[in-house]
Amino acid sequence: MSLLKVSNLAVEFTADKKTVKPISDISFTMEPGEVLGVVGETGSGKSLTAHAIMGLTPLVGGKVSGSIEFDGVNLLTLSASEMQKVRGAQISFIPQNPMTSLDPVYRVGDQIVEGLRKHLKLNRWKAKTLALELMEQLRIPNPKRVFEQYPHQLSGGLKQRIVIAIGIGTNPKLLIADEPTTALDVTVQAQIMRLFKELTTEKGIGLMLITHDLGVIAQVCDKIAVLYAGNLVEYGDIREVFKKPKHPYTKALLDCIPYIGMEKGSLAAIEGNVPTATNFPIGCRFAPRCGLVMPKCTESFPDMVELAGGARVACYKYTEETVAG
Amino acid sequence: MSKVGTASRHKSPWMIIVKRLSGNKMGMLGVLIIATLILIAIFAPLLEPYSFKAQDIGNMNQAPSGDHLLGTDEFGRDMLSRILRGARISFVVGVASVAISVVIGCIVGAIAGYYGGVVDLVLTSIADLTWSMPAILVALLLVAIIGPGLESVVLAIGLSYWSQYARLIRGQILSLKGSVFVEATRSLGASDFVILFKHLVPNSISPVIVAATIGVGNAIVLEATLGFLGMGAQPPTPSWGAMMSSGTAYLFISPWVIIFPGIAMMITVLGFNLFGDALVDIMDVKNRESNL
Amino acid sequence: MWVYVLRRTLLLIPIFFAISVVIFSLIHLVPGDPIDSLLGPGSSKGDRAELLALYGLDKPLPMQYLYWLKDFITGDMGQSIIEKQPVADMIFYNLPFTMRLGLLSLAISFFLGIFLGIISAAAKNTFVDYIAMIIALLGVTVPAFWLGLILILAFSVNLGWFPVSGSGSFSHLVLPAVAVGLGGAGLVARVTRVSMLEMFNKDFVLLLYAKGLSRNVIIVKHVFRNALMPVITILGLRLGWILGGAVSIEIVFSRPGIGSMLLTALFRRDYPVVQASLIFLTMAVIIGAFITDIIYSYADPRVRDVYK
Repeated sequence: MSLLKVSNLAVEFTADKKTVKPISDISFTMEPGEVLGVVGETGSGKSLTAHAIMGLTPLVGGKVSGSIEFDGVNLLTLSASEMQKVRGAQISFIPQNPMTSLDPVYRVGDQIVEGLRKHLKLNRWKAKTLALELMEQLRIPNPKRVFEQYPHQLSGGLKQRIVIAIGIGTNPKLLIADEPTTALDVTVQAQIMRLFKELTTEKGIGLMLITHDLGVIAQVCDKIAVLYAGNLVEYGDIREVFKKPKHPYTKALLDCIPYIGMEKGSLAAIEGNVPTATNFPIGCRFAPRCGLVMPKCTESFPDMVELAGGARVACYKYTEETVAG
Repeated sequence: MSKVGTASRHKSPWMIIVKRLSGNKMGMLGVLIIATLILIAIFAPLLEPYSFKAQDIGNMNQAPSGDHLLGTDEFGRDMLSRILRGARISFVVGVASVAISVVIGCIVGAIAGYYGGVVDLVLTSIADLTWSMPAILVALLLVAIIGPGLESVVLAIGLSYWSQYARLIRGQILSLKGSVFVEATRSLGASDFVILFKHLVPNSISPVIVAATIGVGNAIVLEATLGFLGMGAQPPTPSWGAMMSSGTAYLFISPWVIIFPGIAMMITVLGFNLFGDALVDIMDVKNRESNL
Repeated sequence: MWVYVLRRTLLLIPIFFAISVVIFSLIHLVPGDPIDSLLGPGSSKGDRAELLALYGLDKPLPMQYLYWLKDFITGDMGQSIIEKQPVADMIFYNLPFTMRLGLLSLAISFFLGIFLGIISAAAKNTFVDYIAMIIALLGVTVPAFWLGLILILAFSVNLGWFPVSGSGSFSHLVLPAVAVGLGGAGLVARVTRVSMLEMFNKDFVLLLYAKGLSRNVIIVKHVFRNALMPVITILGLRLGWILGGAVSIEIVFSRPGIGSMLLTALFRRDYPVVQASLIFLTMAVIIGAFITDIIYSYADPRVRDVYK
């Protein structure tokens, strides 16, 4: 049984009698201990996908459809109180902005303890011991002191690590991290990534890593999912995708990575912008920016096809090939 | 860029405010109430079923009936006529006293914010001191000094409420005074006076307008309270507060003398508050503190 | 922290001087003097001069102020010209009534306001929200004295639950405190709601949900706790506005108190009483604002650090 099986996930928002669907038709699976990298430009729906899995979209009025099977249970069928027992306990979330993600009026230690006590049913003293252990594990200098401090007294890097401690403290089976290392300098970033890797290999935690940093993805991920304008356009094994990207968008994205020794001025950028949910084009949403666009692409949406080697891609170029071959 | 898009960009800020206001139900209700109040204030003499001061000893303290829709007071005067006439007084007192507050507040706040230093310290301390004294006490004392009557009530209310506008203007000027356009105007040789009152104040006025809208409501309440305490407009002037004041003696006999002017005032003040709240949302000004 | 409290406390001294100077000079601008009302018909100029000298009214104003200040600090607030008794006695007789009214009104403002604010923020844009906000808006738009009169009609005359007027027992205090407190409750409810709705959009709330905390815990323990800061600030700033209603309410319910004492004295031009009661009322408001400020700086760890 897969750890997470997302099928046909879509979220829609209704305002002023108009409905928008910022993400739709997203399907992928994750196995225990696997690291899935989710990439895409700003506005591609990465964070929304994560929020939908966490069951956080209803907070902002989003309606989720499809199915999210976690450990064999469709999370979308759970009641609010059942979902509370999953959130933060079995699936943890590390949000995008560590600087502002802690409650400013409580000590950071108490904010770690809060989740531990709720989900692990620990008493105050045991929870505190565990929190201190976690802080040590995350290489927070002088944990006892930091425990008693308030968020505004800590540096961005320390806050980030507190947020991570909150995420991993309850021994979740799945960890969803939304740009977890953006606030950190490179050395700390590497430490945190190593810790994530340890967690996945030693404890078998599944990690969904949302980032626009393809370098980070290359270091730690097993699988990669590429999102464009709310659709999953390519999904596959990390090496496969990096070596032979299939979707024109993935190719373009990989071309944007600078590397040492590249010619000056050869760094590519993708022309145009990601369309917003209110004006998604008909057909393939990448078509307006795609160099290989065909008439068909602007008429209907290409289905996801599975290619030999397990990679999946949503592009007419490949439906043609499979049909032909 | 579509045509609609470009057209909307050339709209004046006032047009945008009007457009957004028309979409705000509560705000529109406020506008409606204020508009009705203004119409009543203007046309009160035409609307009154009886003369507001005609006494009718045979019909004292009559309960509301077909003849007197809102009943009569202790002199047999028609309450509806008096309330309609009272709208005029409330409106004039509200607007005039707020105008005084705004003018004083703008001058003090602008000078404090612009010159800074000791001037700022002194003016801000005075403003803070006035602000911390309950407005009703200041107004009571001022009425006692100037003597009772409508004009002194207007002046007293105006002098009790100026500090909140001074605080707002000062804050705005402080944030604007370092901006490029002020530097540019100064380099063109504009005097402090011109920079301050021709450029800075007009650019800082929007939160003041919002606060003043709600301020009119507060001023009307304060006028009524002064009137109730016998320090406001003197009889037979039909001020809502004065009406309620004389009605207190007959509270158990003719409660309508108290109830109806109060409801009239409640609706009026509600109108100014709803309109002001809508303006806060629409103009997106950050002055919750002075408005609520 | 304690240094800050001490500094703020010391700051009350110049504020007291400023206020007493302002009030003292304003009062001497009031036309007419009480001596006239004390002098019977047919009294001579000599009688008048004698009385002026007796009350110290013949000296220049700054001297009068200094004499008054010296006495005031030693606890002697002069004699009431009309009542012929020490002003201090009158103040200390009336002060407890006003204090009780003020404190209960504040408690009503705070707790009722917060209750209304929380439920309307939690049920944003529902029926409950609208009802709570209408109550709050009415609280702000209706003058306290009118509310007092309506409460008397409803609860004393019609229902007979509470006494119409007087000050003997706790039940005498309920209606006046509600009349004064409802305005403040409206203010507090509106600030609480706006402030909470603003907090709901903060990033940290998302993490709280992600931690699996229940909505009630998030609302009360976190969102409300954060939203409380602006509420305390505004409560301190508008203390005078909230308690201003007490002056008219003491008249409505014929309660003894500094407010009704002030008003009676104002009509009779009884300077020493007007002066002392104004100073007491204003200082009470300023000290109240000062206490909320201290509570505020203690309740917010970020502000606490600034003053360390």
